[in-house]
Amino acid sequence: MAVLARASLADLTERLASSPALPDHVVLRGPEEGLVMVRGRIGGGGGGFNLGEMTVTRCTVRTRGGQVGHATIAGRNGACALLAARIDAALQDAGFHDILLAAVIAPLALRQEAARTQQAARAAATKVDFFTLQTMRA
Amino acid sequence: MAYVAVKGGERAIDAAHAWLATVRRGDPAVTEIDTAQIREQLGRAVDRVMAEGSLYDPDLAALAIKQAQGDLIEAAFLLRAYRTTLPRLAHSLPLDTAAMAIHRRISAVFKDLPGGQVLGPTYDYTHRLLDFALQDAAPITAAPAEGAAATEPMQRVNDFLRDEGLIEPDGADTGTPGDLTREPLRFPAGRDVRLQALARGDEGFLLAMGYSTQRGYGGSHPFAGEIRMGTVSVIIEPAELGFPIDIGDLVLTECQMVNQFKGSKTVPPQFTRGYGLTFGHGERKAMAMALVDRAMRAEELGEDVTAPAQNVEFVVYHSDNIEGTGFVEHLKLPHYVDFQSELETIRRMRAEAQHAEAGA
Repeated sequence: MAVLARASLADLTERLASSPALPDHVVLRGPEEGLVMVRGRIGGGGGGFNLGEMTVTRCTVRTRGGQVGHATIAGRNGACALLAARIDAALQDAGFHDILLAAVIAPLALRQEAARTQQAARAAATKVDFFTLQTMRA
Repeated sequence: MAYVAVKGGERAIDAAHAWLATVRRGDPAVTEIDTAQIREQLGRAVDRVMAEGSLYDPDLAALAIKQAQGDLIEAAFLLRAYRTTLPRLAHSLPLDTAAMAIHRRISAVFKDLPGGQVLGPTYDYTHRLLDFALQDAAPITAAPAEGAAATEPMQRVNDFLRDEGLIEPDGADTGTPGDLTREPLRFPAGRDVRLQALARGDEGFLLAMGYSTQRGYGGSHPFAGEIRMGTVSVIIEPAELGFPIDIGDLVLTECQMVNQFKGSKTVPPQFTRGYGLTFGHGERKAMAMALVDRAMRAEELGEDVTAPAQNVEFVVYHSDNIEGTGFVEHLKLPHYVDFQSELETIRRMRAEAQHAEAGA
């Protein structure tokens, strides 16, 4: 779900193009836009407080096989939420699970991980190396 | 007397709004700005509108900025209005900012701390000279990314002091936090509600309040223990699933102020803390918030409450720029009847005074 929540519509359609068609579905709910109240922690690690809200889109589908797929993703993108819910349903189907994991989830996870690593490397490039005057300490 | 509604003026209002649309567009010979350009290239404005609009959605914030011609308070107002049209589907589990994917992390109290001082994309150390090269489209320069990326989450600076017992610990979990968007404010307001008010409070107001504490109005000798900015994942636990799911990332800025505290009858001398957390990259806001959070804890810590920043009611009631702008700007709406009655009163008082004088 973490991978699907971070995938763009282009990402999802691109990956789905190289996997078998998702099972037929009926939409049980949504896609609908709503809010999630984001909570922080007082002092970073204490009791909770309400920081502010964020937009989310959620969607629930049921496949012909009876699997119910659910997605709640950050932002306002109904098409993304619908695809994520359909993939979530299909992943519960033994016939699709391994194929989708290999064709959609794993490559997207890899791509997202690469983006995170690049960001971390950028941050690391701005890490300060202090020059300490060691002779002064003697 | 209350405000009295007036009718009429529709034609004038329509014409005014039509002119506003023309003014918003500006010179038609200049390319129209795209909301994606605002989102990508005016990121700090987008972050501020999301924080003060109390709604995280960069696309909506960019649209609001365009619609408001860059008036950021008006843009935050638009976001606040939009949020009222949406149902609240869930609340998140409390964010784990210790696990933040760090873009920037600095400490002003420890030079050599594990994880190091990571400057990130900062305006610090720039010379504040106008860069005329930006007037022309410049080729894109890639930021260097050759650093060895840290794989472990960065430990908080507080934790180093806490190991020695020299800094106050985080408080215990106090259950469901108060929500000032759902329940009316009540005083004394808990720290949870105060932090919510500060998180959506006006950056300028908080900056002035924080600054006042540094200048001696409720001073508490702050050090920037740690400032970190980066992405944090949001986890919710939908009732229909019954287990937690990750719904995406937010960019957040967190500030831990470390303040002197000489102790009290029950507490030994130690460092106390002020806390700031804000949507987006908002370092000034997070720092000011942490200063004001600490100042508002004066009573709890047995300090004298003498300065504006220590006065919880004063700060919480005046930090919201949407409420402030509503009440200040409503003065320009017609108050004809109110004013007529005032005018009558003044005339009568003067007449009475003249009459009394003539009689004396």
